[in-house]
Amino acid sequence: MADSDTTPQTAYPALSTPEAITEGLGEVGYIASEDISTLVFLADRLRKPILIEGPAGVGKTDLAVSLGRWLEVPVTRLQCYEGLDEGKALYEWQYGKQLLYTQLLRERLDAILGDAGDMNAITGRLKDFDDIFFSPDFLAPRPLLKAMQQPGPSVLLIDEIDKSDEEFEAFLLEVLSDYQVTVPEIGTIRANVAPLVLLTSNNVRELSDALKRRCLHLHIGFPDAARERRIVAARVPGIGEDLLKQLVDFVQSLREADIKKRPSIAETVDWAKTLLLMHADMLDEAMVRRTLNVLLKHESDIAAVDRGLAKMARDARDTAGQAGAGTGRTQGGYPDLS
Amino acid sequence: MSGERTLTDFIRALRSAQVDVSPAEAIDAARALATIGYGDRALMKRGLKGVLAKSETDGETYNRLFDLFFAQRDVAENGSAQHGGDAAGDNRPADGSDPRAPDLLDLAEQGDDAAIAMALERAGRDAGVQDIRFSTQTGYFAQQMMKAMGVERLEKQLLDRLRTQTEAAEADAERLMEIRRDMMGRARAHAQQQFDVYGAGQTEQFREDVLAEKSISALDLSDIRRMNVLVAKLARKLATRHSRRRRRKNRGKLDIRRTLRSNAGLGGVPFDLHWRQKRRDRPKFMVICDVSGSVARYVRFLLLLVHSLKEVVPDLHAYAFSARLKDVGDWLDTDGFEAAMARIIKDISFGSTDYGQALSDLRVDHWQEIDRRTTIIILGDGRSNYGDPRLDLFREATSRAKQTIWLCPEPRSVWGTGDSEMLRYEPHCSTMVQVSNLKSLERAIDTALLAYG
Repeated sequence: MADSDTTPQTAYPALSTPEAITEGLGEVGYIASEDISTLVFLADRLRKPILIEGPAGVGKTDLAVSLGRWLEVPVTRLQCYEGLDEGKALYEWQYGKQLLYTQLLRERLDAILGDAGDMNAITGRLKDFDDIFFSPDFLAPRPLLKAMQQPGPSVLLIDEIDKSDEEFEAFLLEVLSDYQVTVPEIGTIRANVAPLVLLTSNNVRELSDALKRRCLHLHIGFPDAARERRIVAARVPGIGEDLLKQLVDFVQSLREADIKKRPSIAETVDWAKTLLLMHADMLDEAMVRRTLNVLLKHESDIAAVDRGLAKMARDARDTAGQAGAGTGRTQGGYPDLS
Repeated sequence: MSGERTLTDFIRALRSAQVDVSPAEAIDAARALATIGYGDRALMKRGLKGVLAKSETDGETYNRLFDLFFAQRDVAENGSAQHGGDAAGDNRPADGSDPRAPDLLDLAEQGDDAAIAMALERAGRDAGVQDIRFSTQTGYFAQQMMKAMGVERLEKQLLDRLRTQTEAAEADAERLMEIRRDMMGRARAHAQQQFDVYGAGQTEQFREDVLAEKSISALDLSDIRRMNVLVAKLARKLATRHSRRRRRKNRGKLDIRRTLRSNAGLGGVPFDLHWRQKRRDRPKFMVICDVSGSVARYVRFLLLLVHSLKEVVPDLHAYAFSARLKDVGDWLDTDGFEAAMARIIKDISFGSTDYGQALSDLRVDHWQEIDRRTTIIILGDGRSNYGDPRLDLFREATSRAKQTIWLCPEPRSVWGTGDSEMLRYEPHCSTMVQVSNLKSLERAIDTALLAYG
């Protein structure tokens, strides 16, 4: 069953194993979980798009961008929104250019048609022009067509697909299953090399089953503490070991709290940068209080957390202190801060 | 054990737990397995998940089933590997007795756990234990499996020993009975595990169907927790159905302003036409609940349902009354549902029901909330203790609103009897229906939302 004939040859030799993918993405600063690298690996082998779901700011879009950077292939991005239609996603005829050429043509009309006597000859000649007008020269490619026209491997990112209308979703199916698009006047344009396609969704609305069936499904949730530490360390070089542990623990406990918008990785990174700028080397209550608005985006959340802050900051510091004392034999014992 | 058989069994288990796996996805799963192989269990779990589970809730079901399913496979498979190894060697007894397959007694005497697990697996398949649907069937299937494993020889021997009536025979009979008990226990455990994999999901579905049809007044406390889950499910269903179709193109009417603007660059030649679009109103619900004793239960589910519909009905006003009317929307938003519900019952549901008073309270304090996109939903039995029903106010309210839906827990046959004012209110409502169970509640809300289509 597992003979090599059924396994398609890949155009992305770098995606040889899930481990290689984790490592490669790590090189460009994207810390992929095992789920992520396994799915990227499978997507390439099965030639299927990946539909990525999860809360905002956990690195859904970033995965596509990082893949492009690591593999050194172009990334085509299509941002979806309500009312997005074929004209903006696939191609558009350049009416202006066509008009301009028609104007020019009008002046030369006599010269072209001069010797053609009867009606048939005239139509025949005009027909040649007609074909020119509806040729790729006058076609303004939009992201989807651009992705299909890439000469080599590429990454196609269809961002926030849940924001688009249902009709558009249906229209995408051709692209997703066959990697081709159809322009009625020209014909079908097929990608030379199937691009890696990633779709992201924030679950604003339920996507159709047809779309889900064609995709592999990847759910990226909030990372666990270990992965989040590695992400912050990769994004904010120069952050101290202690502070890193404390702030990640703090954010993790914040996500457990009953608040409207839980802080995402992006916000953790921002917060880490802020703390670094303020020369903090450990969390204290006053510091957290002053910078809380980087982490929380709702007034009511800030107020709610503010109340329980003293305890949370102390807890985060305590556990970090204990862990440090347990593992950090080389660093020597830390003074007990609490 | 063939991989394909394992995979189809697993997919079957998923389907029975309401994870819809299409044939195309099954093929994808086979291809994925061919790529990543069976060797690394963790890798296999992650890989298949992307192919088979297409939402977060499906993912949870998948994780649970994968562990259950492959835990039992593992034991059986290890067994078959070992046996493959020594089959050529000392499996056949040296004295040349019958080369029959080892039955239950042999297995128990050898005491090889892996071999037993494998035999159980085989017997389970012979007995069709995968068709198990209810946990009460485990006993039956365990019996069938014992039979498939050849329990007769053991029983014959046991009878034999019991008849002999010597001390040695007595001890041996004791031992045989112990073996039978032990094997029966294992068979039961196996059947139970099969039920967890294949049957539990369907039973759950079955229970939910029953519950949705069950009369709300007949629910007991143990049902209510399950009902909350069910209501959330219904709300999600309604939400997906009605969050679509927000905008409808109204072909036939040209939107001149937009067309001119988008074609300005083309010298005003209208290449690119824009059509007027009909915007749907955002639903706005005004829920007015009678919380007097008999109706209180229904209030709970109606409020829970509309409250869970937040994403489709962002504009929700909730009022409860018995004697006087009170705005309870804020309680629902801030206190959490359960606490708000308790507070509603505690603070409002006393005094004799007075619809007229409630309407005039509405008139004084909340009249401005009723506009042309409002759906008024009234839940109550219309029993107003012979007070003035204030039909004039009711008529005015309904004529201001988009539609008025009255949900009544009582059957139509008793409307208008005694102090019931239902029949006098009826002419002013767009719909007046009896709600007895969750299904009818869902249907009513569905109708209400359809008006915004």
